[in-house]
Amino acid sequence: MNHSDFWSMGAYGRYVWPCFGFAAMVLGWNLWSAQRHLAHARLRAQRALAMAESET
Amino acid sequence: MSIGPGEAFSLMLRRELALSFRRRDQLLQPLVFFLIVTTLFPLSLSVQLSLLREMAPGVLWVAALLASLLSLDALFKNDAEDGTLEQLALSGQGLTVLVMAKTLAHWLVSGAALVLVSPVVAEALAVPTEAFPVMMLSLALGTLTLSWLGAIGAGLTVGLKRGNVLLSLVVLPLAMPLLIFGAAATDRAISGTNPAGALYLLGALCVLTWTLAPFAVSAALRITLE
Amino acid sequence: MWTWFYRLASPPNVYRVTGSLAPWFLTLAALAIGYGTIAGLVFAPPDYQQGDAFRIIYVHAPSAWLSLMSYTTMAVAGAIGLIWRIKVAHAVSAAVAPIGASFTLLALVTGSLWGRPMWGTYWAWDPRLTSELILLFLYFGVMSLRPAFEDPGRGDRAAALLGIVGVINVPIIHYSVLWWNSLHQGATVAKLGKPAIDSSMLWPLLSNFLGFMLFFGAVLCLRLRGEVLNRERQATWVREALKP
Repeated sequence: MNHSDFWSMGAYGRYVWPCFGFAAMVLGWNLWSAQRHLAHARLRAQRALAMAESET
Repeated sequence: MSIGPGEAFSLMLRRELALSFRRRDQLLQPLVFFLIVTTLFPLSLSVQLSLLREMAPGVLWVAALLASLLSLDALFKNDAEDGTLEQLALSGQGLTVLVMAKTLAHWLVSGAALVLVSPVVAEALAVPTEAFPVMMLSLALGTLTLSWLGAIGAGLTVGLKRGNVLLSLVVLPLAMPLLIFGAAATDRAISGTNPAGALYLLGALCVLTWTLAPFAVSAALRITLE
Repeated sequence: MWTWFYRLASPPNVYRVTGSLAPWFLTLAALAIGYGTIAGLVFAPPDYQQGDAFRIIYVHAPSAWLSLMSYTTMAVAGAIGLIWRIKVAHAVSAAVAPIGASFTLLALVTGSLWGRPMWGTYWAWDPRLTSELILLFLYFGVMSLRPAFEDPGRGDRAAALLGIVGVINVPIIHYSVLWWNSLHQGATVAKLGKPAIDSSMLWPLLSNFLGFMLFFGAVLCLRLRGEVLNRERQATWVREALKP
C-alpha cells in the first residue's frame, strides 16, 4: 500500500481515521482518569489520617 | 397469631387500594397527564389523519411510560417516611408477598386505568377501532411489566434526595425493550399485519418480571432499610 | 478453606498486587495493540466488499467485546459483594463501571462511523445497536446510583443490585444478530469452527482483542487502587501504603 493510499484509505479515510483517533482518546482518557482517581484517593486518605492523628 | 401468605397478600392489597382512593388527586394525576400528553401531539402537529395514525403507537406508549413514572415515586415513599416500611419488613411475612400486593395495587390504579382510558385517546389519534383490542392488550401487558420495573427503581431510590430523577434514569433503559415491543404490537394491529409475535414477547416480559422482580424489589428495600 | 482467598482479596494485598501488576499489563497491552493496529492498518489487505473501511473492525470489535465483558465483570463483582459481603468486590465493580462505559461509547461511535459508508446511515434502530445504547444507559444508571447514598456501603449494594438486574441485556446484545433480522453482521470470530475471516486479517484482530483486554486489566488495576483506598481510609495498613 503506498503512502497516499494509506491516508485516504480508499476514500474511506474520513471514517477510518476518526475511529482510530477516538479510540486513542478513549484509551488515553482511561489512563488519565485512573491516575487522577488514584491521586485524589491518596490525597483524601492522607488528610483523613492527618486528622485522625491530630485528634489523638 | 400468624396468617398465611395468601391472607397477607389480600390484606396488603386492600390496604393499598384503600389508601390510594383516599388520595384521589394523586390517583388522577397520572391519568390526566396521560390524556394531556397524548392530545398535545395532534394539537401541535397539525398533520393528516394517516400520519397521526402512524405516530399513534409511539405517542401512546411514551405517554403511558411517562405517566407511570409519575406515580412510581410514591410507591414506597409514604411508607418509608412514616416507618411502615420497616414494620412490613420486620413483620415476619415475606417481604416479597407484600411487595407483590403493593405493586399489583399500583398497577390497578395506574396501569389498568390507562388501559381503560386508552380507547378515548386512541380515537383522538385516529387509530382504527379494529386495532383497539390489540392495543389495549399490549398496554395491559406493558403496564403490568412497567409497574415492576418501576418498583425496582422505586425500591432502589426510596429516601434519596433527587430520587425521582434517579428513578427515571434507572427505569428508562430497562423499559426500552418494552416500549419497542409494545409500540410494535399496536403498530402491526393498526396496519393490519399479525401482532402475535410482539404480543408473545410482551407476555414473556410480563411473566419474567412478575416472577423475578419481586425478589429484586425486596432485596432493594432491604438494602434501603439496613 | 477459604482463608487463602480472603487473605488474597484483603484490601492491603489488593492495593499492593495491583500496583505491581499494572505496569506489566500496560506494557503487554501496548505491544499487542501496537502490533494489531499497525498490522491491521498497513499489512492486512483491503476487504473484497468493504475496501479499506473494514479496518475499523480493529477498534470497533474489541471495544464492543469489552463493553460486554466489563458489564458482566461489574455485575458479577457486585453480586459477589452482595452475597459474601466482600468490600473489595464492590471496589472492583465501582472501578469497572467508567471503564466499561467508555468502551461502550467507543463501540457506538466507531460503529456509527462504520455504518455511514456501509449502510448509508450513522444510526439505525436495529436490535444490536439499540441494546448496546441501552447498555450505555445502564452503565450511567449504575454510576449515578452509587454516589447518591449518604452511606457508601449502601450505595455499593444498591448499585450492585441494579447491575445484576441489567445484566440480562448482555446476552440480548450478543444474540440479537441471531434472534432478529439485524442490519448488523453476525459473529465473525466467536463462531465455533473456522472463523469467517482471512488469517492475514484475523491475527491483527485477535491481537487487538488481547491488547484491549490487557489494557482493561491495567486500567482496572489503577482504578481499583483508588477504590480500595476510598473504602479503607481509616485502616492501619493505609498509613504504611501511603509512605513512598
